[in-house]
Amino acid sequence: MSKSQVSMTVNGRAVEALVEPRTLLIHFLREQLNLTGSHVGCDTSHCGACTVDLDGKSVKSCTMFAVQVNGADIRTIEGMANADGTLHALQEGFREMHGLQCGFCTPGMIMRAYRLLQENKSPNEDEIRFGIAGNLCRCTGYQNIVKAIQYAAAKINGVPFQEAAE
Amino acid sequence: MHMIPAAFTYHRPTSVQEAVSLLARLGEEGRALAGGHSLIPMMKLRLAAPQHLVDLAGLSELRGIRDDGGDIVVGAMTTQHELAASDLLGAKIPLLREASLLIADPQVRYVGTLGGNVANGDPGNDMPAIMICLDASYEVMSETGRRRIAARAFYQGAYLTALGTGEILTGIRIPVPPAGHGQAYEKLKRKIGDYATAAAAVILSFSGGTVKSCSIGLTNVADKPLWAEGAADILIGSALDPATVKRAVAAAEAITSPASDARGPAHYRTKMAGVMLARALARAKERARN
Repeated sequence: MSKSQVSMTVNGRAVEALVEPRTLLIHFLREQLNLTGSHVGCDTSHCGACTVDLDGKSVKSCTMFAVQVNGADIRTIEGMANADGTLHALQEGFREMHGLQCGFCTPGMIMRAYRLLQENKSPNEDEIRFGIAGNLCRCTGYQNIVKAIQYAAAKINGVPFQEAAE
Repeated sequence: MHMIPAAFTYHRPTSVQEAVSLLARLGEEGRALAGGHSLIPMMKLRLAAPQHLVDLAGLSELRGIRDDGGDIVVGAMTTQHELAASDLLGAKIPLLREASLLIADPQVRYVGTLGGNVANGDPGNDMPAIMICLDASYEVMSETGRRRIAARAFYQGAYLTALGTGEILTGIRIPVPPAGHGQAYEKLKRKIGDYATAAAAVILSFSGGTVKSCSIGLTNVADKPLWAEGAADILIGSALDPATVKRAVAAAEAITSPASDARGPAHYRTKMAGVMLARALARAKERARN
């Protein structure tokens, strides 16, 4: 089967490559670009561990072909830290609020939360839970993930973070 | 474990004409690709193995939501996310906005399209019963011309529809329900992202305290979406009193034939269709101008 030429921007870097049409975006990112931060969790479009940001949308990269996103602008977890190496507010939030245990779902969680905060600068708890409904975590029970996102929202908005009363 | 689809040739036409010419030439070997969130999982499981994929993503004329003289026309490639975000739909057909937010999860709604949802023929999809409830029609095109198919005549069985080989769905035409109507989509599901155990869509309008018009669609309780015309007829002319609602619910339950599966045994899913209908009727009534 002949390969197709694709070009896209990944974490601000122009990328050109030859791909088989059936190559899924997640495999292209992990195996051809060596960006292994995005994970293959369920492989069935449920768990969200493969979530990346694509042209202003959160998408499950296990459910699209790399050829479909020719020309796209993609951001993965590897593109989240600031240029000086300091953590993005969401990464800091997940660390400070213990938003991860095993860490497998974290890259997808952070990429989804990134787009959520672009669309809603100060989401309440219900909006966060609805907004991350496509990302499964089997460790934390979500409690601290919600706090981590609230922490990041507060930091980005320049307001003090206040934990909601339990 | 990697789930890798069978190899295929990828086509990305830049006009609808080019797309339908390609599909006419490819015949049974070609499949149109919309958002891909039904088709790609099936390809990964090798339940589908098209030799050619014709990606419709480059066809900007298949996108957008417009008001066309009393009808709303939604381009087939419009995403669920765009439906939920549309102020025009929020004002004219709130049922559609409400239902889109009950589909799958945010990531899937960014990519999944209305056209793919209704054309795929999966009885688990939510939009077909909603289109049947709203009396929508599907605008389809092939190399030889265009035609319209009523949603109520489109579904023939699981993954079997009136869409012919070489035809693509270009748009969904929805008559705007009467001013003051009430609407609701009640969906029972085990968790976010799940298909319905059972779901009911209702639109109704009142005149002088009695039901003037009513339409009901049911999701995932047969091998195709159901139009519960008999149940709606029972309600028309009533004040939605409990006895009449009970009769209508029984009439709706009687036309269901769900499968027994992980969502529950058939008789449970039939009863849940009735419960969803009763709830949808109550909520639509609250929202209607009496």
